[in-house]
Amino acid sequence: MLAFLRKQKYLIDYTLASLLRRTGKNLGLLTVYALIVFMLASVMLFAHALRYEAGLTLQSTPEIIVQRMQAGRHAMIPAEYLQHIGRMRGVTKKEGRLWGYYYDSAVKANYTVMTGAQDDAALTEITIGSGIARVRGLTIGDYLTLRSQSGDAFSFKITAVLETESELVSADLLLMAPGAFRRVFGIEEGLYTDLALSVRNPREIAKVAEKLAKLLPDTRLITREEILRTYDAVFSWRQGVVFILLVGAILAFVIFAWDKASGLSAEERREIGVLKAIGWETADIMRMKFWEGAIISLTAFLIGYVAAYVHVFFASVSLFEPVLKGWSVLYPQFRLTPSVDGLQVATLFFFSVLPYIVATIVPIWRTSITDPDAVMR
Amino acid sequence: MRKSNAFLVSLFLLLLGFVVTLIDGGVRQHHAASKHEAGIALVRQLGLTDLALFTEARYTRHLSQADLHSAFQDHPSAFEHFPTGSLLPPPRGMR
Repeated sequence: MLAFLRKQKYLIDYTLASLLRRTGKNLGLLTVYALIVFMLASVMLFAHALRYEAGLTLQSTPEIIVQRMQAGRHAMIPAEYLQHIGRMRGVTKKEGRLWGYYYDSAVKANYTVMTGAQDDAALTEITIGSGIARVRGLTIGDYLTLRSQSGDAFSFKITAVLETESELVSADLLLMAPGAFRRVFGIEEGLYTDLALSVRNPREIAKVAEKLAKLLPDTRLITREEILRTYDAVFSWRQGVVFILLVGAILAFVIFAWDKASGLSAEERREIGVLKAIGWETADIMRMKFWEGAIISLTAFLIGYVAAYVHVFFASVSLFEPVLKGWSVLYPQFRLTPSVDGLQVATLFFFSVLPYIVATIVPIWRTSITDPDAVMR
Repeated sequence: MRKSNAFLVSLFLLLLGFVVTLIDGGVRQHHAASKHEAGIALVRQLGLTDLALFTEARYTRHLSQADLHSAFQDHPSAFEHFPTGSLLPPPRGMR
């Protein structure tokens, strides 16, 4: 056993000396290799962590949302619809919700305005999300002026800023009293944006939705399951889109690596001939080449993966931020909770490390079974 | 130091880094419950439905609430023009 290990160490010594003879070329290969693994692992870790975060946070979203549609567009829903639904079996709570968007031309950002815990006694008070506080430089006690539907300006006193821990869902929120919301957006009493229904038993959701669809034909129903599936699909889609964008780079690398690993130069051929002539066996040469492939690919994989982990979970995916942001002015600052899928890491390992080792060994095997005299000539 | 020793030491350090990422992931996930509590409570209290990741357009901000045409209905024959739109599929129930 000890002799075997010692032999492998000598082989590694020889391989490293051989690799260092072509330092520039091999260092370039290692860098590009590690970069490719870094990009793929970053996308993979980021998409998986976001999917996990969305699944966990949105677990408590309303079971059913009822939206009224008119001419293919979302329309305000009258409060009578709540009476219309009446006492439906399985529905434990039903309420009208008021929410909408406010475009702030001062910072060119869209806010999501909702009615929060404030009652109508606090018509001039407002709670803001930490994203808005950051972009506008506001804090508790400051005033925020919103221009209403009729052109009048309403000033609100900021009484609270939502916690930064919840920023992923609340960065752009403005919470105000229902009365204030109606005044700013000119919405009459008796109208809501949509209705939210709670259903205690998850197995009854589909049945309740079916009954509602018959009862209120001009509405669209969104169930919690659909919301969760949407987010699952979104991140798979984004991951897929980024992978497609990376395909060009990956293919270029594959060609480069394949050429480097499988195309033996005359110099390498001669080296094998000399090794065989001085008594190396075919198995030794193949072991040496195995180490060459393993040293490069294993090192590249480990460097790329560890760097991707740091990038995603410690540096908040700063390299991908411009792509994710799009034109969003308000972007949540969040630190993702690491959620690593072992199967994905294993897949990445097998697809990045093994092909390179195989590509290194096969041509060597072909060369090393031929006669040294023929190889050197 | 022999080349093979130097390499094996570096490989060991890299492997250690890899194992540390796995341990760090497990530990942080274990302690993440309190971090998520605030978000989960807010989602329950306000009935939030979407992540505030893409705030540039209403149908990307509330992805799960958008209807099939919302990306194209700013005016007749309007095209979708927000960058996020090119990276987001329509909601699951709509396809």
